Amino acid sequence: MIQTLHKLWRNHGGLHLDYHKEDSNAAPVRHLPMAEELIIPLQQHSGYKPTLTVKAGDYVYKGQEIASHTGFMKVPLHASTSGTITAIEERPIAHPSGLSDLCIILKPDGKDDWDNARMLAYPNPSQVDGEILRQRICAAGIVGMGGAVFPAAIKLNVHDNIPIETLVINGAECEPYITCDDRLMREKPVEILRGVQIMMHIIATQRCLIGIEDNKPEAIAAMQAAREELGDQRIEIIPIPTLYPSGSEKQLIKILTGKEVPSGGRPATIGIVCHNPATARAIYRAVVLGEPLIDRYLTITGKGVAQPCNVEVPLGTPIQHLIAHSGGYTPAAKRLAMGGPMMGISLHTDQIPVVKATNCILVSDIPESEQQPALPCIRCGRCAEACPANLLPQQLYWHSRARDFDKAEQYHLFDCIECGCCAYVCPSHIRLVDYYRFAKAEIRTQRDAKTKANIARERHDFHQERLERAKREKAEKLAKHKAQAQTTTDDGKKAAIQAALERAKAKKAEAAAQTTTGETTE
Amino acid sequence: MIFSKRTSPYVSGKQDVSSIMRQVLYALIPGTAVLIWYFGWGMLSNLVLAIVFAELLEWGMLTLRQRPVRPFLSDYSAVVTAWLLAVAMPAFSPWWLIAIAMIFAIVIAKHLYGGLGYNPFNPAMVGYAAVLVSYPVQMTIWPAPVDFSVVHIDLGQTLQHVFAGSAQGWDALSAATPLDAVKVSLSLNKPLSDIYATGQFGLLAGQAWEWVSLAWLLGGLWLLWQRIIGWQIPVALLGTLALMASVFWLIDAQAYASPLFHLFSGAAMLGAFFIATDPVSASTTPTGKLFYAGGIGLFTYIIRTWGGYPDAIAFSVIIMNMAVPLLDYYTQPRVYGTKRGLQG
Repeated sequence: MIQTLHKLWRNHGGLHLDYHKEDSNAAPVRHLPMAEELIIPLQQHSGYKPTLTVKAGDYVYKGQEIASHTGFMKVPLHASTSGTITAIEERPIAHPSGLSDLCIILKPDGKDDWDNARMLAYPNPSQVDGEILRQRICAAGIVGMGGAVFPAAIKLNVHDNIPIETLVINGAECEPYITCDDRLMREKPVEILRGVQIMMHIIATQRCLIGIEDNKPEAIAAMQAAREELGDQRIEIIPIPTLYPSGSEKQLIKILTGKEVPSGGRPATIGIVCHNPATARAIYRAVVLGEPLIDRYLTITGKGVAQPCNVEVPLGTPIQHLIAHSGGYTPAAKRLAMGGPMMGISLHTDQIPVVKATNCILVSDIPESEQQPALPCIRCGRCAEACPANLLPQQLYWHSRARDFDKAEQYHLFDCIECGCCAYVCPSHIRLVDYYRFAKAEIRTQRDAKTKANIARERHDFHQERLERAKREKAEKLAKHKAQAQTTTDDGKKAAIQAALERAKAKKAEAAAQTTTGETTE
Repeated sequence: MIFSKRTSPYVSGKQDVSSIMRQVLYALIPGTAVLIWYFGWGMLSNLVLAIVFAELLEWGMLTLRQRPVRPFLSDYSAVVTAWLLAVAMPAFSPWWLIAIAMIFAIVIAKHLYGGLGYNPFNPAMVGYAAVLVSYPVQMTIWPAPVDFSVVHIDLGQTLQHVFAGSAQGWDALSAATPLDAVKVSLSLNKPLSDIYATGQFGLLAGQAWEWVSLAWLLGGLWLLWQRIIGWQIPVALLGTLALMASVFWLIDAQAYASPLFHLFSGAAMLGAFFIATDPVSASTTPTGKLFYAGGIGLFTYIIRTWGGYPDAIAFSVIIMNMAVPLLDYYTQPRVYGTKRGLQG
């Protein structure tokens, strides 16, 4: 039993699930033959699409940049292997909508040739300025590899006004079935920890807590051994109780530090940055080896696949190829998902490629309970007991269903992390999370529409005002001109008349004077 | 290959509504068995009639409302309602009395409000209260428990009484319930010690009745252990009732019955574990449940002691049902990452 002296905090709710980790975690990670064709979606991170730097027909080396990150919230892409870009076209991607998106199609030439596409290596990163390393992480196309795919460099861009006290590494891997982080921590613990050290250097923090659920004793042991090897006292490996969803960022931070990320805020606001072990390893490779993010560990598992396993594959490998090399489908294969059974995205086809976010390909059957219709909510409150955010899912459901979105927001709808605990325990089999997804999407749409309407109205008002002002100014100007013109003419006339009158008067007076003088002299 | 497009989560727990209702029914068995032991066929006929009426009415209403019949009939919620009403009504209740109670419970309190999950009032208690205020005589005639009686009533006599009306000499078999006896005696200004001396009372409360209450408690504890119900409602209800009873009992033990008597008489145990815990009509927040059940305990004591009825679980539950929306709104738990209190 692994002992820890670190104090742990308890979160509300959570579930003990059937984990099925042993289905796939026993064997070392496998490397598969290269697929016939790699499909690299342009959008693999949260943010904006990077700018294409190649065109169909181009030959690319392994690691060569194929889309660039100049611009806000953009992350570059790199060729996963050497070969020819055969097309840039729309293909189905892993997205809940099931829609297609722009992808770069790469036909490998089989040479897997880096040429000189590797970036400059920094074998001794602690001697390098943190900002340079951060730029490197950005240029290497690294995103959060736990599934959220937030650009890692932006997460590491901390501001001086909030010092980062703690780096949290999320090795909890709390979703059932998924074991790729488990395998990675067992096989590459030193690379992970060296990546961690680079991150600590960048954000200038002296403490790192690595939380790992205690159902992964081998991973904990391997990480602890690696820590001894590196002799870094700032890093703590902390086993935490296995309880879904302890691997959710907010929940893990509470468990390890007792602090809560404020509603609507980011961990950085409480002096914490949280990353995934796979991200740490990718950072190590980008900085020390100069290799961009072009492959990843992932789990292929579930009842629907003959030989569940972990693989390390180039990004862009089609799922079909992975399944074919894992013994193919079994008759139970009825559902394909990317991610775990609690939060995964269902995929409608296996033509979809592996992307930076892909931690698991789950092929499962459809349980009988799913065929039952949902019964009404009986307000039993089991959902509220299970909710890790301490929400009242039954009330959220009620208001979301009634489209009473203001009420739903009052009940903190946006603090829902969509972990699925409520839907799992619901005795009426109501698909609660779908209602919350719907309500959130509706509220966002309404907000967007409102913002747009406000902007449009402001512009209209401004335009209207500008027209009126122009009109007014013109009228004023005209009036002024007129008045001016009038005064000048009037004055002129008056003056002329006056002058004429005065002249006449003077003449008269002169004449009169002459007469008078004349009369008197006469 | 075509894959299911359903969204996550893809796994679900084992519990469903019908399994919860079934476990409630299992937990009702010990108390019901004790009642049958003491009241024989009279309690069994209540049970059978109530369940038959409930299922017929449920089926009829579902059909009228054009709802799927099979999933709703197999959720056992109507059976639980019927069962609770059957054990709350006097043994040997006439068929029409049970029918009227079930109509109020299933048709009016449940389906006219929208069916399972939408009823603001506890259906069983609405049915009970409706017949209690409409037919006070029939609803307060409890036969004496069999132990006390020399006359044994067989199935034939039971059927005759239930369907054809009172046989001769039937009244002689009835006896006041302990709560009734205490209330009547106290209203005649008799001290409690005199009442207890009548021999109708056991260690905790009325003879026979204390065993019924103990059996409800046993079933209730099993429900708690199975995590079908939470601790909040039973603890708050019984706690408040015991607290109120203790205060007045300590003031004057001759004029106010002991807390043990209150806990083990009437429907206190049945109410605390089986009636107030009906999730649909109860408060749904953990803190709200404490206030909700505390209110039931308080009103039960007040009505039992100073009101016009010997027992008061039904009225108290209905009163507190009305307070539920308010309680739910003001007792929201503190959400992760927020300060206590409402947003906006």
